[in-house]
Amino acid sequence: MLEKTDATEDGRLEAVIGRQSHTFVGRIVGHQAFWVFLAMVAAGLSLTLLTETFATPQNLFNVTRNFAFVGIVALGMTVVIISGGIDLSVGSVLCLSAMVLAITMNAGWGLVPSAALALAVSALVGLINGALIAYVRIPSFVVTLGMLSVARSLAMVISGNRVVFQFGPDEKLLFQLGGGSTFSIANPVIALFLFGVATALLLRWTRWGTHVFAIGANERAAGLTGIAVARVKVSVYVFSSLMAGIAGVLEAGWLGGVTTNLGQSMELSVIAATVIGGANLLGGAGTVFGSVVGAALIEVIRNSLILLGIGTFWQGAFVGSFIVLAVAFDRIRAYRDTES
Amino acid sequence: MTVLRLDGVSKHFGAIHALDDVSLSLSAGEVVGLMGDNGAGKSTLVKIVAGNFRPTQGRLYLKDRETVFHGPLDARQNGIEIVYQDLALCDNLTAAVNVFLGRELTRRFGPFRIVDYAAMNRRAAELFKALRSETRPKDLVKSMSGGQRQAVAIARTRLSNADIVLMDEPTAAISVRQVAEVLALIRELKSHGVAVVLISHRMPDVFSVADRVVVLRRGRVVANKATQATSPEEVTGLITGAIDHA
Repeated sequence: MLEKTDATEDGRLEAVIGRQSHTFVGRIVGHQAFWVFLAMVAAGLSLTLLTETFATPQNLFNVTRNFAFVGIVALGMTVVIISGGIDLSVGSVLCLSAMVLAITMNAGWGLVPSAALALAVSALVGLINGALIAYVRIPSFVVTLGMLSVARSLAMVISGNRVVFQFGPDEKLLFQLGGGSTFSIANPVIALFLFGVATALLLRWTRWGTHVFAIGANERAAGLTGIAVARVKVSVYVFSSLMAGIAGVLEAGWLGGVTTNLGQSMELSVIAATVIGGANLLGGAGTVFGSVVGAALIEVIRNSLILLGIGTFWQGAFVGSFIVLAVAFDRIRAYRDTES
Repeated sequence: MTVLRLDGVSKHFGAIHALDDVSLSLSAGEVVGLMGDNGAGKSTLVKIVAGNFRPTQGRLYLKDRETVFHGPLDARQNGIEIVYQDLALCDNLTAAVNVFLGRELTRRFGPFRIVDYAAMNRRAAELFKALRSETRPKDLVKSMSGGQRQAVAIARTRLSNADIVLMDEPTAAISVRQVAEVLALIRELKSHGVAVVLISHRMPDVFSVADRVVVLRRGRVVANKATQATSPEEVTGLITGAIDHA
């Protein structure tokens, strides 16, 4: 008799434990990125109907290429923000990377060694950021704010604040890499896609990704469970700087010249893109898809203002409002969830 | 079987004697309620057992072998787990991932090693079932009740098959119904032969699950007796000093 009730009790327990709380659709609808994506699709559809210029291959080519650079940098920023930090130095690192590339190629180096050096310099900047944040325990905001200044200054020092527009023997190759297209998709967009998929896979399917999320939610708990918190934090800033460095190389190729104000205040658009896409500045939440959609949305807003004949001075007002709106929308939804 | 024995353990911080000549032993499957006022030395004692502090004097024996811990990781590898007061959980991760945090299961995927969510969910479900807790492995910890959160933290200790679990005020900040859940979890641990040290201020909780009550006052053990042989009134007197010794 007793055994029988035990068995039914076990069965009941198993059923409860095995029950699914959230359906697949429920999980998707619960993401801010999904609603931002819908907003972007809606904006795209209405622009297609309102203007004859939006849905042209040339315009779409330009739109996608324009947000690709911000998007690539946003991949690194997403990881940093998930870990509970911030990286304000990305715009300057992008400039420094492009400048190292430009100067070495100008001096006759090939594309590969130049790009390798540019990325190594970027990674080194990230390493310094990460070490100061993780081991010396200076807040990331302060460290990267300092680096924002230092990295841009270094770009000015090594170039003498000149514009570099001659890239030596591999010039064509560089212009093709950053400014060309493959299967009529701009190369930077392809790079964004590849790096985006890689970043998403790293976050979802590696222990490193799990640890980044854990550190962002509860750094002390992560440490207590044996996660190498400091090392993961360093890796996060190296990753972010590397993405900025890659974007720098591509952007140099697209622009065909590098000035020391390249990437100026880019960190703000990048942070805006990740926040619009659902990343939480307090850490612990964010998605690659959201950040890329956020970057795309900012560019679509910019593009639509031009196409609709509204002055580009309005861009800041629209993008700024959208940042607040997207987060407010998410707050309201979260509030309703806890109420019910 | 004695799993842990402290012999004349003292801990001094400069002139402050946080612990003074403490001797205790703990058997497999035994729940000991560790009580005392703030500053009585409870957390110092726990930190010595957990490997955070080294005793100034005295010895520590694990299963009758003298042991010196070089840090908390060392204690953990020797089968001692702690359930922290705030449970050390990450709200944005699922129950299963929290259970395995820092020791995630992986599987090969071509040249890569990827996180094996399916295996972690399966194993976590087994652990929750063994603890008789209605906790779903795939749910985010964010949306869980206090009792379920405790189950996640306790499942962690089962994962490593710990012999000794130290619990720091597990029932301090949760509702009455959830307290019952936590006490049931402690009984499950006991039934698996785990020795539990329960640090608590709540007299009813200690008296309902503990086999023995140890009272600390000013760093000294002033009582160490079977729960049945004492009463909440006596323990209160021992904690405050109204009763000198028992």
